[in-house]
Amino acid sequence: MTAVEGIVKARQSLPARIASRTGGGVLRVFLVLVGLFWLMPTVGLLLSSVRSPSDIASTGWWKTFTDPSRFTFHNYASLLDNSTITNSLLSTVAITVPATVLVVVIGSLAGYAFAWMDFPGRDWWFMVVVSLLVVPVQVALVPVAKLFGQIGIFETTVGVIIFHVAFGLPFAIFLLRNFFAEIPRELLEAARLDGAGEIRLFTRVVMPLGGPAIASLGIFQFLWVWNDMLVALIFADSKHPPITVALQQQVRQFGNNIDVLAPGAFVSMVIPLAVFFAFQRQFVSGVMAGAVK
Amino acid sequence: MTTATAGGAPPPATPPAPQAVKSVTGTRKWIAAAFLLPALVLLGALVVYPIGFSIYRSFFDQSGHSFAGIDNYKTLFTDHTIRTAVKNNAIWVVCAPTIATALGLIFAVLTERVRWGAAFKLIVFMPMAISMLAAGIIFRLVYEQDPARGVANAVVVGVHDTFTESAGYPKAHPLPSAPLKDGGGGTFITRDAVHAGHPALLPLVGVAADKMPASAGTAKAAKADPGKVTGTVWLDFTKGGGGRPGVIDAKELGLKGIKVEAVKDGKIVTSATAGADGTFTLPASADGAQLRLPESNFHEPYNGVEWLGPTLVTPAIIGSYIWMWAGFAMVLIAAGLAGLPRELLEAARVDGANEWQVFRRVTVPLLAPVLAVVLVTLMINVLKIFDLVFIIAPGSSQADANVLALQLYRSSFGTEADLGIGSAIAVLLLLLVIPVMLFNIRRMRREAKR
Repeated sequence: MTAVEGIVKARQSLPARIASRTGGGVLRVFLVLVGLFWLMPTVGLLLSSVRSPSDIASTGWWKTFTDPSRFTFHNYASLLDNSTITNSLLSTVAITVPATVLVVVIGSLAGYAFAWMDFPGRDWWFMVVVSLLVVPVQVALVPVAKLFGQIGIFETTVGVIIFHVAFGLPFAIFLLRNFFAEIPRELLEAARLDGAGEIRLFTRVVMPLGGPAIASLGIFQFLWVWNDMLVALIFADSKHPPITVALQQQVRQFGNNIDVLAPGAFVSMVIPLAVFFAFQRQFVSGVMAGAVK
Repeated sequence: MTTATAGGAPPPATPPAPQAVKSVTGTRKWIAAAFLLPALVLLGALVVYPIGFSIYRSFFDQSGHSFAGIDNYKTLFTDHTIRTAVKNNAIWVVCAPTIATALGLIFAVLTERVRWGAAFKLIVFMPMAISMLAAGIIFRLVYEQDPARGVANAVVVGVHDTFTESAGYPKAHPLPSAPLKDGGGGTFITRDAVHAGHPALLPLVGVAADKMPASAGTAKAAKADPGKVTGTVWLDFTKGGGGRPGVIDAKELGLKGIKVEAVKDGKIVTSATAGADGTFTLPASADGAQLRLPESNFHEPYNGVEWLGPTLVTPAIIGSYIWMWAGFAMVLIAAGLAGLPRELLEAARVDGANEWQVFRRVTVPLLAPVLAVVLVTLMINVLKIFDLVFIIAPGSSQADANVLALQLYRSSFGTEADLGIGSAIAVLLLLLVIPVMLFNIRRMRREAKR
């Protein structure tokens, strides 16, 4: 333990004092119980997904603990044979990846312009972008559906992507403009003196330096689009729905199809959870920056 | 593309607001336009234009041809279905952010100095990464009505049955050959009086194997005790056949928890409850009485709470929302907590404040800005709640769980779509976030001046 930590300990925060008075036991037991309570719904889904349909129909997932031999991956096997589900996973990827890349690219361009370019009404324009941060998607559903219908991209994957990009942009521009504005002026001037033009400056200096912010934005947008159901419900090609819409259609029959829904939901969660665990830090800083969105 | 020579040119005009950040070079306007164009076109066409369209459309009727004034807005507060949505949305906006923030505050403070606090935070924060659809499916499973399948009701029934003895063998009945007859009012009574020292046999049938309590044991013949009336009440049925009626066969189960009353001249003398092996013992006073199995043995078992029924559906869904978002509040508050000036807290302690006073009078006021940001963020989020309600509320109680965003979806894309109403709801949602919009702009202005 370092000296600093020692001082921190000596300061005796609230939990430390509670801990010292109760021997720490009560606090620890409480936190463990809350942690288990929070995990339980997810564990329930996971265990339900590895039980046979007849087991699911007759008993609860907690019975798996008393009879673990009844584990079966059959549900997953049939899920992967189910072309509706596998195709919908591909559709989700086909929507999420372009929607994320485009938001990063378009948002960076605009963020850089707002941070480092002179043009009339710059602050006014940026204010408009900031005010759009909180516009609910619901406002745009009907008008954009009509608009997309007129230009022939209603119920297409392209339409879903464009919608997600547009609604991701206010946050992207806001986050990246603030981050780019912190880049030291001397760095940009030096590059400029070396003969770099705007585009070179942008691709070689600003984008690499913006890495952390771009990572946060990318993760956020990725999760947002991957997890979206409402936009896809309205704008996605009904022949190629993403996983959320495909599963939503199953929910209408909830009860006798848990052997499809539980593994399906779990499969849809795997990628977001992997991204979440791998990029916790970026995710948290994205959450911080995105508060009041 | 600009060249280095352009760098020498002085900035064309003073920008409207004093800004520290200026172009490194005098950017040519068309370059700035090229950088901004994709973003502004998309925002203009897909965000700004729809706002205008929705406002305009909200003043027209269903057909879209005749001007309706504020009729659509009136409908929001007069139509029964939509009023439910408005009311539920109000409940959501008041309850969900408050509870999630309070829990987040508690968790953040408690885990601050616990060594494995990070692991705890990870668990509570994790649900934020998954889709509301997945969370919806997860909670459909949690709230499943059948206590054998839904964990929420399994707990409720478990607690309930611990405090109130309920055997619950709803369809149990004796065979005609059994020494039991219908006692009226759903009871069964022995044909003859029982006597001490002669164990009574009370066979019943009609209980499904999966309805038998897991703790029921193999039925045993009661021991004869000259001073007491004993007997066995059991399920007189051998799965797979081979059982003899009226005889306790090897694999037959005792009817645990069945209440047995000794009745003399219509009065209850004494009573007992059967154990796991179905045996019961009554005191000598039961000698010569008839044994009666009261109707309470054959009640439908307590089936738990109807979580997704009309009354509880909204609180139940709010519960799932809190499960998802308490972690968000916790992480933001924990970050705020880490940035608090420790000297202030210490000073308060030195002045003799106890921990509760420090928390209440120092920590919470210092955290107020963070708490406000968390609350406002969650309120905006809750205002447009859709997926969770759409997925968790079963068809039968969707009307009771209705919220504005769900109603907007129905009014806009259902079979009886009324775009006038749909647009009015959209405008209402927009109006409700305008204060936050202004707050964001003010905050941005303040930061720009620094």
